[in-house]
Amino acid sequence: MSSPSEKYEAVIGLECHVQLATRSKMFCGCPADYAGSEPNTHVCPICLGMPGVLPVMNRTAVEYTLMTGLALNADIPEATKFDRKNYPYPDLVKGYQISQYDLPLVKGGFVEITVEDETRKVQLERVHLEEDTGKLTHVSGGSLVDFNRSGVPLMEMVTRPDLNTPAEARAYLRKLRAILRTLGVSGADMEKGQLRCDVNVSLRPKGETRLGTKVEVKNLNSFRSVQRALEYEIERQAAALDAGQTIPQETRGWLEDRGVTVSQRSKEEAHDYRYFAEPDLPPVFVDQSWLTTLRARLPELPDARRARYMTAFALGAADADALSTDQWAARLFEDTVAAGADAKKAANWIQNDVGRLHDSGTDGHAFDATHLAELIRLVDDGVIGISAARQVLPTVFESGRSPRTVVDELGLAQVSDSSALEAAVRDVLAANEAAVQDYRAGKLTAINFLKGQVMKATRGKANPAIAEDLLKQLLA
Amino acid sequence: MASSWSRRSLSRAQNSAQELTQLGIRALRERLARREVSALEVARAHLDRIEALDDRTVRSLITVTREHAEEQAHKADARLKEGDNAPLLGIPMILKDVLTTRGIPTTAGSKILERFKPIEDGTITRRLAEAGTILLGKANMDEFAMGSSTENSGFFPTRNPWDLDCVPGGSSGGSAAAVGAEFAAFALGTDTGGSIRQPGALCGVVGLKPTYGRVSRYGLIAFASSLDQIGPLTRSVEDAALVMNAIAGYDPCDSTSLQAPVPDYTASLSSEPDLQGMRLALPREYFNVEGVEPGVDVAMKAAIKHLERLGAKLEEVSLPHTRYGLATYYLIAPAECSANLARYDGVKYSLSVREPGAGLWDVYENSRGLGFGREVKRRIILGTYALSSGYYDAYYLKAQKVRTLIKQDFDTVFSRFDAVVGPTSPNVAFALGAKTKDPLAMYLNDLFTIPTSLAGLPGISVPAGMVDGLPVGLQIIGKALDEATVLRIAHAYEQSTEWHTLRSPVAQMSAVTAR
Repeated sequence: MSSPSEKYEAVIGLECHVQLATRSKMFCGCPADYAGSEPNTHVCPICLGMPGVLPVMNRTAVEYTLMTGLALNADIPEATKFDRKNYPYPDLVKGYQISQYDLPLVKGGFVEITVEDETRKVQLERVHLEEDTGKLTHVSGGSLVDFNRSGVPLMEMVTRPDLNTPAEARAYLRKLRAILRTLGVSGADMEKGQLRCDVNVSLRPKGETRLGTKVEVKNLNSFRSVQRALEYEIERQAAALDAGQTIPQETRGWLEDRGVTVSQRSKEEAHDYRYFAEPDLPPVFVDQSWLTTLRARLPELPDARRARYMTAFALGAADADALSTDQWAARLFEDTVAAGADAKKAANWIQNDVGRLHDSGTDGHAFDATHLAELIRLVDDGVIGISAARQVLPTVFESGRSPRTVVDELGLAQVSDSSALEAAVRDVLAANEAAVQDYRAGKLTAINFLKGQVMKATRGKANPAIAEDLLKQLLA
Repeated sequence: MASSWSRRSLSRAQNSAQELTQLGIRALRERLARREVSALEVARAHLDRIEALDDRTVRSLITVTREHAEEQAHKADARLKEGDNAPLLGIPMILKDVLTTRGIPTTAGSKILERFKPIEDGTITRRLAEAGTILLGKANMDEFAMGSSTENSGFFPTRNPWDLDCVPGGSSGGSAAAVGAEFAAFALGTDTGGSIRQPGALCGVVGLKPTYGRVSRYGLIAFASSLDQIGPLTRSVEDAALVMNAIAGYDPCDSTSLQAPVPDYTASLSSEPDLQGMRLALPREYFNVEGVEPGVDVAMKAAIKHLERLGAKLEEVSLPHTRYGLATYYLIAPAECSANLARYDGVKYSLSVREPGAGLWDVYENSRGLGFGREVKRRIILGTYALSSGYYDAYYLKAQKVRTLIKQDFDTVFSRFDAVVGPTSPNVAFALGAKTKDPLAMYLNDLFTIPTSLAGLPGISVPAGMVDGLPVGLQIIGKALDEATVLRIAHAYEQSTEWHTLRSPVAQMSAVTAR
């Protein structure tokens, strides 16, 4: 089988559902944040769809959606409305979902992505606002339903079929998450279900302009699964096309543990949702003064931030992109630089050791930029070496204590006093006769081995520069 | 019936009880204020009357809430004792069973909600409780307010207090019959296409449908959300104004409720019946048209002459899209109901039919199949069809456009007139079973009330004549939010005619001799 990338071009579209981080739900006063709550404890007659209740719009949810639209450089129509999307399901309390059909809050817009040093725009179709459904859990002998999620504001963001590779899809999601988090409109955590993503993918022979038959893939729970599922699906469809088969239009589910997609339902079973204007909610009119107010509330967005990192801090594109698309990293980076650290060094620390600790879920709430700046300064000043610095970081990160204190406690300060190091150097020379002879015979690189032995003997505390000077003196 | 009891044979207390149930809101309130009678005595007089008569006459109530009523009456008496003079304090009333009441069954007239007890009061239930009214019971109705005779009740039909062989109209037939039978000082109904005004007319009582958005719908179990409105059924126009004072006004829980200030509706009622300078429009589409019973026509002509005598200037106009009203309504209302009734799925609070081994779709189909009556199913199917892909433009969308045209008809007329008058219903009360086999004949009952509903305008029905012992209603339609003018005209008409003083045979029955 030839590689699909040679024969076919993949066309990918993404449909994301984003839970908005509002205090209350979309149409009632229940708290929207149900994480960790007992089932059916964040409910009221409205989000349970009891007879006689009526929805009242959450203004903040509308504003978050509009701010997202502004951040995407999208078109915000003056008039918009809500519609009922009718379908029966036990997790849908009213038998219809309040959503938006033909007049979404946001039209168009784009997200800029960088893949392999190439930057391009991913075009969006629309962004609309709707209510989330409850959650079903299937157990033996039946199903359980939890309505805590019922009525949580949900933003649906649909791209045009505008992406071509799994890497682009992942870059889009990463940038989207950065924008949403920077705006503060969503936690946008896929693992927590705050950001859910379905993908549509079709293949066509390279050079063909018509779209192939699209397949929708659901049940993607991480950026990684989006990328893997797309990679799998492209291979699968290419193989099918190569074998002369046609691709049926269908919905497939991604099985994370097996790394495959399986057919869930065919197009014939597609619903007629019988959309009509929600009579319980008046239309929403978005005037310029409202938009002006919201625009003023927009923070610096990831693209602008990335550009600034490249100009103000002379960071490379990769560093600037990585830091600017992570709200936590960006803040730590800027604060660390403000505390006097070198930007490049701060960027390295944040993307490597500090980032790993943060990503591992280690509680680092007491850790801040002053700690990192101090750690970098200790290395700069020669108080500790880089390996000692990496050794103290986890303790500092978890405890929030000063790096200097931790260095002192662990006795990791570098020994720069040559008289204190001399004994260790002499021991090393005595124990490594062969290397000494190599050096004296003109193989000058042997000194690196000897230096390593000194570092080892001093448990990393020797100042490497002083140790090298001493070695040279004694070998001379 | 009225002659079957002798005033002389009654004890003083019985006499007093008999008298109490004959009083309207204003008169009752005066006696309560003077402490001649307690709220508890008033409530018990009505409850006793209901218990003695309802089951064997009109069958207007699905639930009687004696305990709750006595509790509320005790509270009212405490307030009265403190000199509280809230205008509805201690007044007994009945709610249509489509209005949610905390802990009290609220069925919407449907088997599917037979066991449903709401966990909270609706806005209007709460407002009336705060106003100090006493809830006596929940009134029968056509299932989910779909019908014009109350024969579509999932439980039993209600009968007309003027003739027990006739229907009371619908869908608020229980509320209208209860007021007509003097079971309560007032009742609330709901009106989607005529469901307050038509039973009001057929039972010889006053029925007011307010402007859409004037009264909160929070707690009104939805039939057609863009049309439903709550309104009073009373024995007099003044009582309707008093109830409106308590229930009208903005509610943050209902996004379609209007923020306009609420006037004192009794202030517009003049003591002198004078309509000098009032310009009234007579739509030719409401008169001399096929389907209007001759007796109704005669009564209307007399009513028009009377309005002229009161000084009003009447002129014939045209509401050209009236003839499309019924078709428009029977697309929009079913479409909305097809969504509104989707929540009764056998999974949550509603009737749930779960046979061993039944799957999800079996539960849906069996619960809804058993729980809903024929008319409700008919409308769900009609609405689902009208909204379906491929039919939406031809039916639902077109109906919305015609709805706009109907509104414009009224706008045009209201640029020159203060109100529109005409019959409430083309016919008087008809025999039970007479139209149940023919849905279209039944739908025609609302021919003159539906356009008002589609336009969201206020309309009132006041007693305006009798045909063979059955009442006729005069409908007065006003501009949006101009209930005051509607009430003023209705009041002037009422106060200068005798129709509202006539009491139905059931009203004249004594609770004492009934036992």
